[in-house]
Amino acid sequence: MTSPEKELKALMLASQDGDAAAHRVLLERLSRHLRAYYKGKLAKIGRGPTEAEDLVQEAVLAIHLQRHTYDQEEPLTPWVHAIARYKLIDFLRRNRASVADVPIDEAHEVTANDDHLGAESSFDVRRLLMHLPEKMRCAIEAVKLDGLSVAEAARRCRISESGVKVNIHRGLKALAALIAQRTQT
Amino acid sequence: MKTDELITALSMNVEPVNRRLVNRSVGIALAVGTAVAIGVTLVALGLRADLATPRAVIFLFLKLLFAIGTVGAASVYLARLARPGGERRVSSGLAALPFLAILLLAGVSLGQAPSSHWDKMVMGNDWLECLVSIPVIAVVPFAVVIWAVRRAAPTNLVHTGAFSGLVAGGISAVAYALHCTDDSLPFVALWYGGTIVLCTLAGAILGPRLLRW
Repeated sequence: MTSPEKELKALMLASQDGDAAAHRVLLERLSRHLRAYYKGKLAKIGRGPTEAEDLVQEAVLAIHLQRHTYDQEEPLTPWVHAIARYKLIDFLRRNRASVADVPIDEAHEVTANDDHLGAESSFDVRRLLMHLPEKMRCAIEAVKLDGLSVAEAARRCRISESGVKVNIHRGLKALAALIAQRTQT
Repeated sequence: MKTDELITALSMNVEPVNRRLVNRSVGIALAVGTAVAIGVTLVALGLRADLATPRAVIFLFLKLLFAIGTVGAASVYLARLARPGGERRVSSGLAALPFLAILLLAGVSLGQAPSSHWDKMVMGNDWLECLVSIPVIAVVPFAVVIWAVRRAAPTNLVHTGAFSGLVAGGISAVAYALHCTDDSLPFVALWYGGTIVLCTLAGAILGPRLLRW
């Protein structure tokens, strides 16, 4: 198997520079690796594909929010693996499953692929958004779901453009926290 | 929700990120923490009055060297620990080097003195003040350091908490050294080193609670 490290790293560097197309491809490819990783781990404790998909989405959101913490001097795969593993351990703790039941091992594991796209996670973003403060909800809906530009979103939500950016970032963080609460079963 | 929908949403209007944010936050925390710690020490305890004597200057310099060495090594590692997977690039041995150095010097210094002086050399005049002051002065630097690390994404919270405590304890020792008049190496090794270790332990215990994301 050839290592995807080089391509993924190039995508991440472009994504850090604000390249939306590269960001999209990066998240798509990483989500496949994450799906294979979480399905394998959760199968060992008898959890199904929906929970695996919850975790995939938690990790994708975390990768999106934390992409500024990737240091370009370092390889990307261990960075992704550290996030995937952190979210897995967090999930197991929340669900009082024993961490010891799930072997948590080394970095090359996140390079396996799973293309199965049928599974859905257990949460509905539009419904979760209702729990966020008005400005965050409006900014995320406008820019991330309805595809408006930041300037258009600023007009719709009646806040400044920098306000839109701040509210999207904070809102996604709050959303990630909500998702983490919801996946507690 | 399908993962594809989430990815589509996240890929709309992607902003460039600031790659220097993590290191800059840690840098700001060091600067602010040090300024507050020195301010608190000078206002609450005051600068040591005998700085005209060469012995006082030499010992102040030695204490600062130990404390700054601790902060320097620990903050380099803290900036790594703040990032996912950063724990792979941390050597706790190197961070402990200032402690080994001061213990060694303390041992040599005790070896050269008659054993009747040992009690005074180790306990000094004011070990209690040192024991209380360093952890108390470390509180604000610790809070600022935690703020900085929370802007990133540590994945080993015990280690990251411990290094946050180590940095805060070291900053506090830098400040307290400006006041402290106990000039013996065994005193510095035990009471400075010991309190910084206490701060490190406190950080390790608090880390998982404060740093979760």
